Amino acid sequence: MKKIIANTEIEVNEEGYLTDFNQWNKAIGESLAQEHGIDMTDRHWEVIDYIHDKYQNEEPLSIRGIKKSGVLDIKEFYSLFPGGPLKKATLIAGIPKPKSCI
Amino acid sequence: MKNLVILGAGTSGTMMANHLVHKLPKENWNISIIDQYRTHYYQPGFLFLPFDIYKPSQVKKKGEKFIPKGVRYIQKRIERIVPETNQVLLEDETEVVYDILIIATGTKIAPEEIEGMKGPEWYQSIFDFYTFEGALALRDKLRDWEGGKLVVHITEMPIKCPVAPLEFAFLADSYFKHKGMRDKVEITYVTPLGGAFTKPKATEALHYLLEEKNIKEVTDFNIERVDYESKRIIDYADVEVPYDLLVTVPTNMGDSLIERSGLGDDLNFVPTHKATLQTKQHENIFAIGDATNLPASKAGSVAHFEAEILTENILRYIKGEPLKEEFDGHANCFIETGNGKALLIDFNYTHEPVEGTFPLPGIGPLKLLKESRANHMGKMAFRWIYWNMLIKGIHIPFVSATMSEKGKNFEKVKEVSS
Repeated sequence: MKKIIANTEIEVNEEGYLTDFNQWNKAIGESLAQEHGIDMTDRHWEVIDYIHDKYQNEEPLSIRGIKKSGVLDIKEFYSLFPGGPLKKATLIAGIPKPKSCI
Repeated sequence: MKNLVILGAGTSGTMMANHLVHKLPKENWNISIIDQYRTHYYQPGFLFLPFDIYKPSQVKKKGEKFIPKGVRYIQKRIERIVPETNQVLLEDETEVVYDILIIATGTKIAPEEIEGMKGPEWYQSIFDFYTFEGALALRDKLRDWEGGKLVVHITEMPIKCPVAPLEFAFLADSYFKHKGMRDKVEITYVTPLGGAFTKPKATEALHYLLEEKNIKEVTDFNIERVDYESKRIIDYADVEVPYDLLVTVPTNMGDSLIERSGLGDDLNFVPTHKATLQTKQHENIFAIGDATNLPASKAGSVAHFEAEILTENILRYIKGEPLKEEFDGHANCFIETGNGKALLIDFNYTHEPVEGTFPLPGIGPLKLLKESRANHMGKMAFRWIYWNMLIKGIHIPFVSATMSEKGKNFEKVKEVSS
């Protein structure tokens, strides 16, 4: 479905995740974060950069990965993106949430 | 003479040995397969052991039986791969030289990764069922368990078979019903993902199963530790789930050999090109199955399709031709839902499982993404297919290595997502 955010039309799925990463930019990320009650800081963006890096290398995202990332520890990850940090961080980053086969 | 060496004689390695022995000219090529273990397990059968549906003898056979004549079978522990000199070092300090290497060393559980998991309660009140030993210990536990809180739990992704924990929860519901004690058991499914089902079509078609079977769902649970004394699992957001019996899928990791050889990622999986199965670091090293870091399921079903494509790519590599970028992440699995029924799903890297018919478009006889007795019979028949066709590299009729889009309802998906 279509959605207008940060003055741009984007394509999202029924859960609000972008279906085409090429449509993503920082302003869209910022607005998506606001919709989820998160004000983005430099620290938040460092995490999003890390997530983009993993996504581009097709490496799966996991809490373990965060722990070993050297970017931040898990407690901080939870405090930056409260309640389901991977789910929220991927949504803001404009990439699909971690999935299983079904 | 040239040497092709396969590391690991599990599902993938055995399939590759059987494919290649017929394809590589004997006058030019020696094929060797190295594995320290003597038993070949039918791993999908581990799901049925705890419920006394399969007997241990139905899921294990001597590995030797499946290694074809003309392939050298070396039963020794592998110490290290040395890509610089194209050598594999074995435990007794002997060396095996290779021109082409296939890594098929699989995935292991690593319960020691989570504090309190592999402690004094391991195989007392905390079990896995992704190993033969774990599944049997759990069978013995369930035989006289009097009920309480059963928690079925996934530690972190990726895991060998992402749907097996869900099947375990469904079969547990059936098992306790048949024992007349379902009212004494509370079943909770705990996952680090956003739900037991994570894809839109599957969620829509299958979420009723959880409600029907009265299975509670705890989602986005990233375990930090097991408090085995008070019998609770605790996540990083301090959410606690109490249990009497914890059936967990521990962290899955590639073999420590990969770490020793410096060929793996954080989880000891080998970075591999997802369409060709050539490793990213060395062009004469290929990897297959759950030893790779491919963004596909780590199940034997995926390995089966990979084997056909890898065989072709090895032949191309030998001839100096470009590799075929053909592997599309195809997987095809039966999912037990209990009470003698099962589902069938067919999907790949880009297409989620949808409804339709399989393997013949419009005819079936199997229905996709719907519960049926026929699918359950398919799952049961698959054990025979595995031992007699699949690992011997015999092609299964009508089932292709890449996914067919025929006979499937993809239009519905488009409607949902647009």
